[in-house]
Amino acid sequence: MSKHDKPAVVANPWRTLGQFTDARIGLGRAGVSLPTSKLLEFQLAHARARDAVHFPLQVDRLINDLGQEPAIAALGQPICLQSRAADRLTYLQRPDLGRQLCPSSQSDLAQNSADGQPADLSIALVDGLSPTAVQQHAAPFLATLLPVLRDATTLKHWRLAPLALVEQGRVAIGDEIGASLNARVMVVIIGERPGLSAPDSLGVYLTYEPKVGKHDAQRNCLSNIRPRGLDFHQASQKLAYLLSEADQMATSGVALKDRTETADALDTHHNASAKHTNFLVPGS
Amino acid sequence: MGHGYSYLLNGHVWRFLSLAELMAKASPARSGDRLAGVMAESAEERVVAQMRLAEVPLKAFLSEALIPYEADEVTRLILDSHDAQAFQPIAHLTVGDFRNWLLSDEATPELLEAVSPGLTPEMVAAVSKLMRNQDLILVARKRRVTTAFRNTIGLPGHFSTRLQPNHPTDDLTGIASSILDGLLYGSGDAVIGINPATDNVAQTKKLLHMVDAIIREYDIPTQSCVLTHVTNTLEAIEQGAPVDLVFQSIGGTEATNRSFGFDLKTLAEAQSAALSLNRGTVGNNVMYFETGQGSSLSADAHHGLDQQTCEARAYGVARHFNPLLVNTVVGFIGPEYLFDGKEITRAGLEDHFCGKLLGVPMGCDICYTNHAEADQNDMDNLLTLLGVAGCNFIMGIPGSDDIMLNYQTTSFHDALYLRRALNLLPAPEFADWLERMQIFDNVAEHRLANALPPGFHEPLRRIGRENSHE
Repeated sequence: MSKHDKPAVVANPWRTLGQFTDARIGLGRAGVSLPTSKLLEFQLAHARARDAVHFPLQVDRLINDLGQEPAIAALGQPICLQSRAADRLTYLQRPDLGRQLCPSSQSDLAQNSADGQPADLSIALVDGLSPTAVQQHAAPFLATLLPVLRDATTLKHWRLAPLALVEQGRVAIGDEIGASLNARVMVVIIGERPGLSAPDSLGVYLTYEPKVGKHDAQRNCLSNIRPRGLDFHQASQKLAYLLSEADQMATSGVALKDRTETADALDTHHNASAKHTNFLVPGS
Repeated sequence: MGHGYSYLLNGHVWRFLSLAELMAKASPARSGDRLAGVMAESAEERVVAQMRLAEVPLKAFLSEALIPYEADEVTRLILDSHDAQAFQPIAHLTVGDFRNWLLSDEATPELLEAVSPGLTPEMVAAVSKLMRNQDLILVARKRRVTTAFRNTIGLPGHFSTRLQPNHPTDDLTGIASSILDGLLYGSGDAVIGINPATDNVAQTKKLLHMVDAIIREYDIPTQSCVLTHVTNTLEAIEQGAPVDLVFQSIGGTEATNRSFGFDLKTLAEAQSAALSLNRGTVGNNVMYFETGQGSSLSADAHHGLDQQTCEARAYGVARHFNPLLVNTVVGFIGPEYLFDGKEITRAGLEDHFCGKLLGVPMGCDICYTNHAEADQNDMDNLLTLLGVAGCNFIMGIPGSDDIMLNYQTTSFHDALYLRRALNLLPAPEFADWLERMQIFDNVAEHRLANALPPGFHEPLRRIGRENSHE
């Protein structure tokens, strides 16, 4: 190889460690800068995350997708709602507006709950910071979740309120919806802030006795729900467990979290594999 | 309090109800102040507020507390620790005069250091509101703040990085992989600091032992930190864990800090516990603080102040505990506080300036989230500006992508860019180590070695063997 053929990119032999982490290690370098291919990979991931934030939820398409799933269709026609944040730029700068229903949605909801029948559970699908996540995963997740709830002994007789779909919403908007629908437990399924590696994660927030003014410490959360993260079945099982616990303890939030985290920790302990070593130091 | 401030301009009288309102309305526009409802109502009102603020004597900040003395321990700390002697050379100045003085040839680095204890965070915040970005850079550049533990950080012509090897499940192999990547790119002289995914004492101890073992194995002149709650670190110290630095996120009001679950007494306790371990070799700065504009509003603890003034008060807290490192996590909080690249850039420069003038060893987590109107180019710009301003350190992570905290910050490559572009060196002790380990061919020329350094062949063989047994 002549001097002129010397490649401009210096590869990193430790890039094989990439099998142990999703971190962008061993990228190599051109001088001290990113090689072109790695630069463009990053730009693509960021572009997808940006699109996930800004592509609006296509409500008609989502309703159609939900209608294809018999378990979901059994809940009846979804109620479509909007927050007080009129557009995406307002939504991003004014989280307070994303937590409140706009006046016309308030009256729509009041009409829907006119029969005054209390519900055990109300579920809202909220676009949040990743409408893409809701667009892609809300229907298949719900189609997995609803049968799991029905099979859980403590939950099978629960009465479900009609499904709510919310545009430009934040987590706390569920408090107003749950209270208006007279629900004992509120579950908000929301598009999470997109990360570079996952622009399509759903989050689930559970609130016992929802009413306006509830704090985040009074909720329980499941995060990173997507096919390559916490998959729909695992997430459904965890949520069913949380719902049963919330039902039994008549609360949600920190008190519930401590119990479930202890269970999680034991679980992780049993699964710990011998591979998890600090290979930089012998014998550790 | 409450006599109000008025300003007559072209026959129109503008009124500001309090010094806090005047400060807020004089602040360059940002979404967090809009969210708080304290922002100027027009561009003209903002400049009028700046004109009125320029006439306020610096002394006024000693008598008109923005948050009452009785109501807030941070106010008490600021006023009780004010050094009237150090204030003397500038005691006669207005805020506007102070800007001129800071930029003048009279204000040498030595004099700036001497007046630091006489400055309050509010004085510094006020003058920053009258300054352009270039003013913030030029003055900060004159005010070097140097600290030390196992190496020396903040020397002129030097620039350090925190190696941030976060992993979403704290997997030890994953964390070790990112640490190796960082070290081989020359990162980690400020600290090797992990944000734990599982935030409790047992996990903290496990990670502390891990990084301590690496530092000892390779004899790296640096320090470790697990960024957990101060009370967890205190417990870890009591249980004999190898703690170099105590971490805590801090804010500029007592209520913000209460929402974070600590008070000033807790920090003092933790500092003295860490000092008692006596683990530093070239210095004894044992605290690592993180801050960020918007945290007080987010905790509903801002007392009607603008977010930049609250932030400057956090540095008033920080300096009391002689930290090794303080960094403003400038774009992490999201677009409801700093909307876009322009607001993030301005905030980063303000924070660095205010911290440095107060004598705080400022670094910056130059970062953004995917819902902010910002991208890598904005980060490149702020990185370059902060490099010129003499920022002590930035973060370093593999490929700018924090897979645990889900945001983008500066990469190992970014730090090397800045070192090359501005001819900045790592901490001297660490620079020697990089050459000794043959990671760099020549640190002064910013030239990495092309071959895998010999000291790292064995660990890579080890992980290869362990893995092939599966």
